[in-house]
Amino acid sequence: MNFLFDREFLWLVGVVLGLLVLATLVGLSLKANTQDEAKRATITNLNARIRAWWVMCIIFGLALLMGKVGTTVLFGLISFFALREFITLTPTKRGDHRSLFWIFFIITPLQYWFVIKEWYGMFSILIPVYAFLFIPTRNAIAGDCERFLERTAKIQWGLMVCVYCVSHAPALLSLQIPGYEGQNIKLLFFFILVVQLSDVLQYVWGKYCGRRKIAPNISPSKTWEGFWGGTLSATLVGALLWWATPFDPEQAAVMAFIITLMGFAGGLTMSAIKRDRGVKDYGTLIEGHGGIMDRIDSICFAAPVFFHLTRFYFT
Amino acid sequence: MTASLIAGVARLISGATVRWVGCQPHTRQRIYFANHTSNLDFVVLWSSLPMEIRKLTRPAAAHDYWTANPLRHHIASEVFHAILIGRKKVTAHNNPIELMLKEVGSKYSLIIFPEGGRNPGPDVGQFKGGLYHLATKRPDVELIPVHIDNANRVLPKGEFLPVPIICCISFGAPIHPQEAEKKADFLVRAREAVVQLRHL
Repeated sequence: MNFLFDREFLWLVGVVLGLLVLATLVGLSLKANTQDEAKRATITNLNARIRAWWVMCIIFGLALLMGKVGTTVLFGLISFFALREFITLTPTKRGDHRSLFWIFFIITPLQYWFVIKEWYGMFSILIPVYAFLFIPTRNAIAGDCERFLERTAKIQWGLMVCVYCVSHAPALLSLQIPGYEGQNIKLLFFFILVVQLSDVLQYVWGKYCGRRKIAPNISPSKTWEGFWGGTLSATLVGALLWWATPFDPEQAAVMAFIITLMGFAGGLTMSAIKRDRGVKDYGTLIEGHGGIMDRIDSICFAAPVFFHLTRFYFT
Repeated sequence: MTASLIAGVARLISGATVRWVGCQPHTRQRIYFANHTSNLDFVVLWSSLPMEIRKLTRPAAAHDYWTANPLRHHIASEVFHAILIGRKKVTAHNNPIELMLKEVGSKYSLIIFPEGGRNPGPDVGQFKGGLYHLATKRPDVELIPVHIDNANRVLPKGEFLPVPIICCISFGAPIHPQEAEKKADFLVRAREAVVQLRHL
């Protein structure tokens, strides 16, 4: 709990609270000053999103208060519910049932248990080696060969994105960075703040001045203006937060830039899957945002890359 | 107490998205008829109803299955207040329609699965005649089509461990037998009403 008395950690919390209060005030004033019906719908959605942000930040904050175990358990639950949304959207067959049981109730908890135990070797190969060999075997035993490769790949990809990738975020807490011992909670905070802020800023820039669409068939709301505006401003915020990280300002900027690029890649890729299945959102759990998967798609791609870059260069 | 607990767990596992497409929740007497793919169906449907309606809603369930052991029997009679229907040897003496009508009286709503058994395929099977007989004997009761999506993926026939896939339950607009409508025509129309909800 020593981080509660860590001045830099409290500053980070202050930054987030400030942003939330600011967003809430902006949302309220927009609501009061807009008469146009079409715009009101956007603003109602915006306010729902802001309310959901409060809830998400409070849950995240409570998990951080419970330390490494609490935080890891929270990410484990996020993985579980994201995987559930993913598998619901993916057509599986009767023959996949037992494999599905395994991925939800055995492999996912096991992966997070290895994160808590800080067993890096097992944590990094459990899914890509053991689970990836186990799933097709279990499906083969079930005896249904129709679209076998496709079905296996869907389950493996769900496990990869929702569980393996996301688990790299709490794994940041176990990195041994010289001169930064006992402060990793701030590194996780920095990562989540940059990746989520990048999403928000891309949305805001896109709404504000977005014109040229990047891939209209996949995500009608993603524009080049939104992308560059969001990426560069999130990179700037990341650089300005260097004091909370083990990086110097330039390193923090590079890290934030890579985080936002990977976050963008995750958002776009997960959108492609949604479009293919003909839906707009993965779920309905978070008001205004859609499902959990819609909120964490950027974390999925950014977490492993940020984890490994930090591990390679700073430990 | 047990009922709320079971309803809560069922909602958690099935993650049920509940959509009232063609009607709103109401405590008036209704017959909910739904497609049937999983043993979870009636639990999922029943738990998706608001509590005050749930208290007034009884499922029709297979006598042989739900009295097979004391625990099941207890759950069926004490928690769900199920109306247990014999599936075999239907005679004039144990006509399930009469039994259902007697049990619901003028108070309870009913959940039935007109396909008669769990249907493994993706399509909704043919409806049996009971729905028509209930409808003609109780024209004052609303017949609500319900489509349950994904329950067969949560717990397919023959499996005992559920997987937490999200179910979607859609309640459609009430239907009634038209004047001079033949039984077969009505049953086809009722089945269509359920199937259509899938695509809404």
